[in-house]
Parts: sequence; C-alpha cells; structure tokens
Amino acid sequence: MKLTQNAAKRLVPTEINGEKQIPFMGVGKYKPDGKISAPKIKSCADYPEDGNKIVKSLKEALKKSGLKDGMTISTHHHLRNGDLIANQIFDIAHSMGIKNLRWFPSASFPCHSRLIKYLEDGTINRIEGSMNGPLGKFTTEGKMKGVGILRSHGGRYQAIQDGEVHVDIAVIAAPTSDPFGNSNGVQGKSACGGIGFALADSEYADKVIVVTDNLVPFPCVPWQIQGNNVDYVVEVDSLGDPAKIVSGTTEITKSPDRLLIAEHIAEFMDAAGIVKDGFSFQAGAGGTSLAFIPFLKEIMKARGIKARFVRGGSTKYLVEMLEEGLIDYILDGQTFDLDGVRSMRDNGNHVMTSPFTSYNYHGKGNFASIIDAAILGATEVDVNFNANVVSHSDGYLLHGIGGWQNCLFSKCTILAIPSFRDRIPVIVDEVTTLCGPGELIDVIVTERGIAINPKRKDLLSAVKNSKLPIRSIKEIQKEVNEICGGAPQKPSIDKNKVVAIVKWVDGTVIDSVFKINL
Amino acid sequence: MNREQIIASSGKRGEKVRSDCYVEIEMTKSGGIKTSVQSKVEVMYGQSINDLLIEMCDFFELKNAIITVEDYGALPFTLSARFEAAYKKLFPDDQKEFFPSFHKNNFYNSSKEQMRRSRLYLPGDEPKFYPNAGLHKPDGIILDLEDSVAPSEKDSARYLVRNALRAVDFYGAERMVRINQLPMGLDDLRFVVPHNVHVLLVPKCESSDTVKQVEEEINIIKAVKNISNEIYLMPIIESALGVVKAFEIASASEKVCALAVGLEDYTADIGVERTNEGRESFYARSAIVNAAKAAGVQAIDTVFSDVNDMDALRASVVEAKSLGFEGKGCIHPRQIKVVHEAFAPTEKEIEKAKKIVTAFNDAQKQGLGVVSLGSKMIDAPVVKRAQHTISLAILNGLLERDWEGR
Repeated sequence: MKLTQNAAKRLVPTEINGEKQIPFMGVGKYKPDGKISAPKIKSCADYPEDGNKIVKSLKEALKKSGLKDGMTISTHHHLRNGDLIANQIFDIAHSMGIKNLRWFPSASFPCHSRLIKYLEDGTINRIEGSMNGPLGKFTTEGKMKGVGILRSHGGRYQAIQDGEVHVDIAVIAAPTSDPFGNSNGVQGKSACGGIGFALADSEYADKVIVVTDNLVPFPCVPWQIQGNNVDYVVEVDSLGDPAKIVSGTTEITKSPDRLLIAEHIAEFMDAAGIVKDGFSFQAGAGGTSLAFIPFLKEIMKARGIKARFVRGGSTKYLVEMLEEGLIDYILDGQTFDLDGVRSMRDNGNHVMTSPFTSYNYHGKGNFASIIDAAILGATEVDVNFNANVVSHSDGYLLHGIGGWQNCLFSKCTILAIPSFRDRIPVIVDEVTTLCGPGELIDVIVTERGIAINPKRKDLLSAVKNSKLPIRSIKEIQKEVNEICGGAPQKPSIDKNKVVAIVKWVDGTVIDSVFKINL
Repeated sequence: MNREQIIASSGKRGEKVRSDCYVEIEMTKSGGIKTSVQSKVEVMYGQSINDLLIEMCDFFELKNAIITVEDYGALPFTLSARFEAAYKKLFPDDQKEFFPSFHKNNFYNSSKEQMRRSRLYLPGDEPKFYPNAGLHKPDGIILDLEDSVAPSEKDSARYLVRNALRAVDFYGAERMVRINQLPMGLDDLRFVVPHNVHVLLVPKCESSDTVKQVEEEINIIKAVKNISNEIYLMPIIESALGVVKAFEIASASEKVCALAVGLEDYTADIGVERTNEGRESFYARSAIVNAAKAAGVQAIDTVFSDVNDMDALRASVVEAKSLGFEGKGCIHPRQIKVVHEAFAPTEKEIEKAKKIVTAFNDAQKQGLGVVSLGSKMIDAPVVKRAQHTISLAILNGLLERDWEGR
C-alpha cells in the first residue's frame, strides 16, 4: 500500500479497496467540482397504485431489491444499542450465501459485534461508518478483509452525494410507518425520536426498504422519511429492545471531577461573553457535554438570558429548558431519552434535523457553523490542539466520529476532557489518530484548568480578568505527566498495514489507523 | 521472614477496580526475580511498572521472588504502596521504607488559626480519589485511616496514606490525617508524622490523656526523624463522656487547634436515632462549641451525609454557623462549594464588619485606645470578629482584597 504525507503531516494511503483517495489538503482547501450524483429516475407507474408496498419479510424485500455479492447495504443508528435489524440483514445475506458486502452504517454499537462472524467468513468485506467497541478491536487487529472508512455524519452525506459511496440497498428501521413507506421515529413502542440519519439513503439509494414494528394506515404523520422514496415496507414484531433504544431518563454524571469540568465550561462561556440573549449552543448526552447544561441554565436564569436555539443531542434537560422558555428551539439531530421523544412529537419548537441541514459539506452552508459554542469530547488532544475521537492511546479504534468533526466549525469549539483517565494522560505530544485539526479547536477544558488556543486572542483577552483557571496546554500536560509517572509510551503498530482511514468533512483522508502488533 | 509464609499480597482486584492494583509477592528459593504484570495501561506504562518493581526488589534486597501484578491504572505512588505493604507482611521487622519523592508543592505549613470551613474525607484505602481532591478547593483534605478502612486493610492503608502525603499534590489544602482510635492510632503516627502532615484528627476522644498520649508520641517521632514543622490536633468528640470532658480535651495541649463533633457515634452512644432536625444532639453540639471557645480553639461540626441533597446541606451549615461552628465535614467534593457559600457572611454582616474594621483602623492611626462607632464603644472581641468576617468575605469573593482603598 502506497502511503503519502498529507497537509497535516500524517501518512495516508492514496488508494484503498481499489478506490483512489485524496489526501487532506487543509481546512477548506479541497473543493470538488462537477455534479452531485443523482439517483436513478423512478416512475410511479412501477409502484402499486393503492400505495401498498408491503412485502411479507425482510428476506423477501432484500431479494426483491436484488441483493447480490459486492453490494453496499446501509443502516442507521437511531435505535442505538437496541437495534436488531442490522444483524438480521446480514443473517439473511449469510443464509443466501452472499459475499463481499460493504456495510455502510451511520454508526455501529456493541450490539453489532455479532457481525464479527460475517466479517470473518467474508459475508461482509468491510465497514464504512464507525467501528465501535468489539468491532473496533477486530478492525485494529487487522482482521477485517477490506479497509474500514470512518466518516462524520456530514461526511457520510457528502460521500453519498459525491458518488464515493453508492448505496445499493438502504434498510431503514422505522418505529412507525404506513404501507406507502411514510415513516417516523416519534411514535410506536420502539420510538427513538428523529430518524434524520436515514434521509440521504432514502433519497440516493437504489432500493429503500422500511422495516417497522408499528404499521399504521396511510398516512403516517409526521413523515420524517417520505414514502415517495421507499420501495418496500416490511412489518416485524420488534425492531429492538426499547430499553436500549432510548434511556428512560438521562442521568447527569455524579463524578465530581466531570462536574467540575462542566462548571468550568459554563463559567467560561459566561466570562467569554458567549452567554447572551439570542445565543446558541450544541449539547450532547454523554458525560460532560450533558453535565454543563444545568450550570449554564443557572447562569441563564440568574441573568434572565434566553437562547435562540440549541442543537442536540436532546435530553430531558434541554426539554426542560425549552418548556421553561429558556430556549426558543431545539434543533434535534439525535434524541436520547423519552422526554426528548415526547417533546419532538408534541412540541412544534422541537424540530428534527438531518445531517443535510446540520453538517453537509455539499450544501449551501450548514447549521454547524452558525452555532455560538459546541461542547464536545475527545479521547486525546495534542499540545497544538489537534484532537482524536476514534482511537485510544493504546492504538485501538473504539469510537465513531459522529457529528464531532462537523461541530468543530462552531464559533467556539470547546473540548471537555479529563486531564487523565486512570493513568492515561489525555494531553499528548502527538495524537494517535488525527480527527480534528487544532486550528478549529478553541478551548480545552479539564479539571486542572482551561487551555485556550493561542490563535484565539479574542477569547484570551475576553477572560483575562476572570477568576477562571486559564493555563497553557503544555503546563497542564506537564503536570499530568508528572502525576502519571512520565509521558506514556506509544503502541507498537505495523506502519505497512492500514486497517482503516479517517475522512475529513470534505472527503479527503486526514489520517490512517494502523494494525496493532499483538 | 515468617518461616511459614512465603506469599503475601496487598491491594484490590476485580472488574470494578480503578486506579489501583493488586500486588502479590511469592518468595522462591532460586530463579531470581520474575515479574508478571497484567495492566490496563500495559501499552503506555508497562515498562514503567516493570522498572518500578525491579527498583523495589533491589531496594528491599529481594533476590528470588515471583511478583504478580494486576493493574487497573494505579499511579506509581499506589503501586509502590501496594508492593511495600505486601513485602512488609512477609518481613514485618524490616525497618526500611521505600518513599516516593516529595511533590514540590507539598512543603507548605499551616497555622493554628487556619480557616477550616470544609474538610474533605478521603478513604485511606481508595487512591483513585486522591490526585484530584485538592482541585475542589476544600480548606482541608483528610486521609482517613479510621472508619472508612476495613480492619483487614489497616496495614495497607498506612503505606498508601504515607505515600499520598508525599507524592500527591494537595493544591494548598491543609494536610490532615484521621488516625485510628488509640492504641492503634499511636502506631499510625510513624507513617504520617514525618511527611508534613498539618493536622491529626483523633477520633472518639474522651479524655485529655488521649490528646497527651498522641502529642507525646508525635514529639518522640519528631525528635527521632528531626522533624520541625508544627502538627496540630483536632480531637473528635463522639460520646456522652467526650461531651462532658470537652473543655478538658480542648485545653489538653497547645497543639489542639479545634474540637470536632461526630454525631453518628454520639447518637448511638446516647441511644437515639440521628434525625435531620438534630434536636437530640443540640446539647452536645452547643456544649462542644462552648468548650472550644472557652479553650480558645475552633469548633467544627460533623459531616453531612446525604450527598444528593444540597439544599439540606446548605440549611445544615447555616444552622451550624448560628450555633458557633466554623467548619463542616464533607464526604463528597460537590459539598465543598455549598459549605463555603453557607459559611460566607451575609451582605449585612459584611457591611457592619467593614464599618467596625474601618473605625478600628482609624482609631489605630490616630493613636486612640478606644474604638467607637457613632456613639457606641466597640470592644476588642467585636473587632476580632469583624476582621474574621472580612477575611471570610474576601475568601468567598464577596469583597475585594483592597476594599479599604476603594
């Protein structure tokens, strides 16, 4: 495999899986031209006039869709760790003796580790999406036949529009659908909130199969996915385990150290002048990117400030703020708990978004760069603010990118990270895998202090007279290395064997993941 | 070496363990030192762990042994404490001690009058809480050798606490250790006295004799080890008898800086349930405040144990403050800020204190012996209290340090 050094000085392949790749050229530097790829022309004459597209099983739908060797099958992660459908697709493919499929999920979860046997026997050639947990371990150990590709949510939309990924069959697990294929995620026993991750696939895939466990008579309202894009509808008993699809209620961390980071974030946003009438922010459901919300809310209430909109990651905490009038709108990319689902269903100001509206590189702008502050996590960050979100310091791929890369374009990107985990320092000399260039990362908030990117002189001067613990990133790194007993050693990797590549939001290759030497 | 015993261990193992490790030493007759390490941080720190094990074998002159380590991300001070605790089980008479180096920020001193609004208890056998405790800015951090440590882990905890006093940055918090009840508590002292401990909490104190015994033992160790820093004592009153003897205890030594009350044991002792209202302990708490003030030391209230109820904590601190207590025990870092805020003076108190302190300073400048505010004379204790209010206000960010100049 031929490797070249990209603009971020990382070694990346120029070709993988038989497809040419463009090395990362710098933020905003690569602009493809030509036409966005288009779906084939369809004719309503080919579809039942009564609108009934029901077929009796998923297997039949896959057969009718022409499932064969080497195809690309897409699925989506709105059912999270409760999803049963993705596994069933490949059970069927395996039983039909199909080989060499490309799985193109918007994300994978530990429940999908069952697919490892199909990666081993060649039913699936590779994953292009995210390789979490056991799938990440499998990939990093060099056991996947093809080379994996990690993309952001926006990058996934871009890859479909570029024609980089042509989806042959999209399978959309929909908590509610009608026989025409209009479907949504806010109703039914498997309700999960928005299903916007499936939008691109519904529009661009050759064949679109909706699988539901709550079939309602036409029309299914709201139709988050339009039946006009759907080929077949399959009714099943269950899409998955409701308890693992959404949490009943999202709980904020009790870790005093994470709460301290969360408190620092809210105080920083206030001191930096971000918290003012009409502002906006991005929040998540995990750890600190959730925990800062109550602290921010206190500040907003005390000062009588309202936010115009919040992009989430919706949880009961955002819903409460919406219902208390502290937020005008929730623009929701992914719904994490039952309060979020209820709010999206019942409250007109809680709006589903898709990667197209929020993140897509080939749109005429997107929401991510309009936002005032985004609070994100990271597994590692280096002294130049470059960050990693997919692998750990031991070299193993364990997480997907999600919308993380896309969110870096906010006006103030804040990474909330503990300065070390157990004995593992989070601030390193060089990240294991580069996912986000430091020029887009403005602030690192740890329990040991807040480091502001020297490029952001405006932020540095805004908080100069505050009581916040502002420190240089190198100073925090030095302190943590002393605590941990020196700088960490690097994993032993095989520099000749790329097991996965990480795409930047424009489709170029920003870094490679190498096989770990066992 | 105990002839029978050839294997000893220390530390924790199991899936839920974090930032700790399990070390087992098995003595062998030949074959040199063999190490077997399983670590969550193998890739990043495998070499460092192995180096430390070999260094410790050299230090203790172990020639033939199998060292087995299960590591869950233990920091070096924990790993060496676990090793040494296991080693000392095999060789209890070996006087050599393996010290991690003293953290450069840990050399500061304390004073008898030090502000002690919050003291954060950390279990003496849970190293995962140590490195970040000071970041939450308690006035004091207590490494606890007493109730939070299971009887079987008492020995191990001593090495851990000793190492923590040296290697862990306390970020300026007063460095405290709660020793065990005497006589075991006296044996604890040699593990902590030489390592710049500021305050020793003496539990279940019932007589001046207890305080004196601790003081004597401290003095012996200080002389042997050539230690010069002051070490203060905070006896904890936890029984009916202790309440009766409170003044005797508070005045037993110049080194006593505060009297603390422990209500779990006290309520058990007088045979009642501990309630949120606390009527059953009102007498004891007032008696302790009174005894402390009579002896010229601080009165410190018990811990508040419901870590989820911050409103009740706040109310409890306001009540403690009204009874005359100057500090509260914390068992969770999130309690610290609430405690500080609740002990902070009110706006009205600050305004009054400012007037008194200004009047006092003016009188000083003019060389007047009598301080007066309007038509009222002000006594010295009132001035002292006002000065205390001002320093609390400054500490809580309610008043600028240079308020007089403004």
